[in-house]
Amino acid sequence: MNIIVCVKQIPDPETPASSFRVDEAAKKVIPAQGIPPVVNPYDPQATEAALRLREAAGGGKITVVSLGPDSARDAIKHALAMGADEGVLLRDDAFEGIDNFQTALALAKAIEKIGEYDLILMGRAAADWDMGVVPMGVAMLLGIPCVSIAKAIEAVDGKVRVIRVLDDGFQTVEAPLPAVVSVSNEFGEPRYPQLRQIMLAAKKTVQVWSAADLGLSAEEVGEANRWLKLEALYVPKVETQVEIIEGDTPEEKARNLVQKLRADKLI
Amino acid sequence: MAGVLVVAETSEGKVLPVARELLGAARSLADQGAGPVFALVPGEAHAQDLIAHGADKVFVAPQALEGKMYDAWLPTVDAALEQSGADIVLIGQTASLGRDLGPALAFAHRTAVAPEVVDMRIENGRLRVTRPCYGGNARAEHTWAGQLQIATAKPKTFDALEPDASRSGEVVTLDVMGESRITVLSVEKVQAEGVRLEDADVVVSGGRGLGDPSGFQMLEELARLLRGAVGASRAACDLGWYPPSAQVGLTGKTVSPTLYIAVGISGASQHMAGMSGSKNIVAINKDPEANMVKVAKYAIIEDYRKVVPAIIEEIKKLQQAG
Repeated sequence: MNIIVCVKQIPDPETPASSFRVDEAAKKVIPAQGIPPVVNPYDPQATEAALRLREAAGGGKITVVSLGPDSARDAIKHALAMGADEGVLLRDDAFEGIDNFQTALALAKAIEKIGEYDLILMGRAAADWDMGVVPMGVAMLLGIPCVSIAKAIEAVDGKVRVIRVLDDGFQTVEAPLPAVVSVSNEFGEPRYPQLRQIMLAAKKTVQVWSAADLGLSAEEVGEANRWLKLEALYVPKVETQVEIIEGDTPEEKARNLVQKLRADKLI
Repeated sequence: MAGVLVVAETSEGKVLPVARELLGAARSLADQGAGPVFALVPGEAHAQDLIAHGADKVFVAPQALEGKMYDAWLPTVDAALEQSGADIVLIGQTASLGRDLGPALAFAHRTAVAPEVVDMRIENGRLRVTRPCYGGNARAEHTWAGQLQIATAKPKTFDALEPDASRSGEVVTLDVMGESRITVLSVEKVQAEGVRLEDADVVVSGGRGLGDPSGFQMLEELARLLRGAVGASRAACDLGWYPPSAQVGLTGKTVSPTLYIAVGISGASQHMAGMSGSKNIVAINKDPEANMVKVAKYAIIEDYRKVVPAIIEEIKKLQQAG
């Protein structure tokens, strides 16, 4: 079973709100000092799903693809250290400032270039823009079905059987292969790369493909050609309207709070 | 402008509330010059309800579309777009449909979708939306390069209008639906014990600031009194203080209760992403500079071990007094 896993490197979502800055003129996030970017938290679960499916199938190749700057190599290396076979980094100055729709386009081109695949796995969303549109975008561009927010994945008779997480429960669905499946946090803990694996991963190849390598023209990528235009990016003013509940003792503070909540009809 | 199409999802023969909320939002766009409001719904029985909630014209799709995956809906939505000429599509962000249909429709039309918007307005004849990103640390405002503008919103983001039974509207049957490549084998509804965290009107959450797992017993008692549910920050779950199924945040559950009581939670974006939709926040924290205190409506700066039991006592007194 040949599987392609798409991963993304993002600013650490555990960054304290106080260290989070935006350059409003450039409409970009300013990287927080001393807090290195991390692998999107859902992506190791997609890699874990790929590894388990390969184990169940008794073989196959797992290729990891990431679009991003040179540092995104670390996100690929992480998946390789978990046990994936090869990596591809999509790296081009023209990818700077592109949106998720162009990202899906570049990933779909890369997947076509890789060629042989039964299944494409991704995290349910990237925790930076938190849109979750890329899995469906890749599926639509490749003309294959997309099954989102998977909690469990199984390959049976040329099909993929997925338990999806619904708002009020679960749903078991089946789709023909090839398909795109996006993996949710309910999938379970991904394995932690062992030292030996990390050392082995250093020897695995990571190819670098440019926009031209993917056959993407200047009109198809680039900040100026975004499908969803970014008009403004800002840190919302926390109009701190907080009312600090005063009182001489904890009991008095508690009483004052409960009275406020009662007056507001909140309790 | 050519109008707004609201895709109304149904489940077990009922229109999901988010569809009525989006009709409310669509009416507000119509007031700003977006054109008429159209709705698309599987099953004729729902047409009058949608008209009463703001639709000018309802496209009735085959009832069999209910519960089908996104690809079965695409030809139906396309037919509604063609007949209405709408250039804005609003869809509820649900795991069962909208989360997939939004981007699928967008890519089919080579245009974009803005998922989970929190604000919409018409500017220079075009839709402009605001959505949170970076775990709620930032807001982005977007417009579309393409003609068709698609947005989704989570339930409870917008307000439905009071139904007006005297409103009249046109009802048109659309006998179009696609064949999905994805087969639904089974659906399992989860009945949570007590109140489901995601549905709870009151959520009492604890974080690393509790100091040890025993603090959660206090929070459970408070939640029980308020008929609410208990949540936890990722830090508390990672420490093994509370089950991961109760984790609120980016990699956990998203809640939007009327009252969110955060005890010993500093308010990292990871956590804020899961609860920033809460209507009223109460922070109990020793640190007056904590982010959670800044976003709260009310805050008590105090050791929770002293103040939470006192709050429990006060509420008991109140409840006994009836």
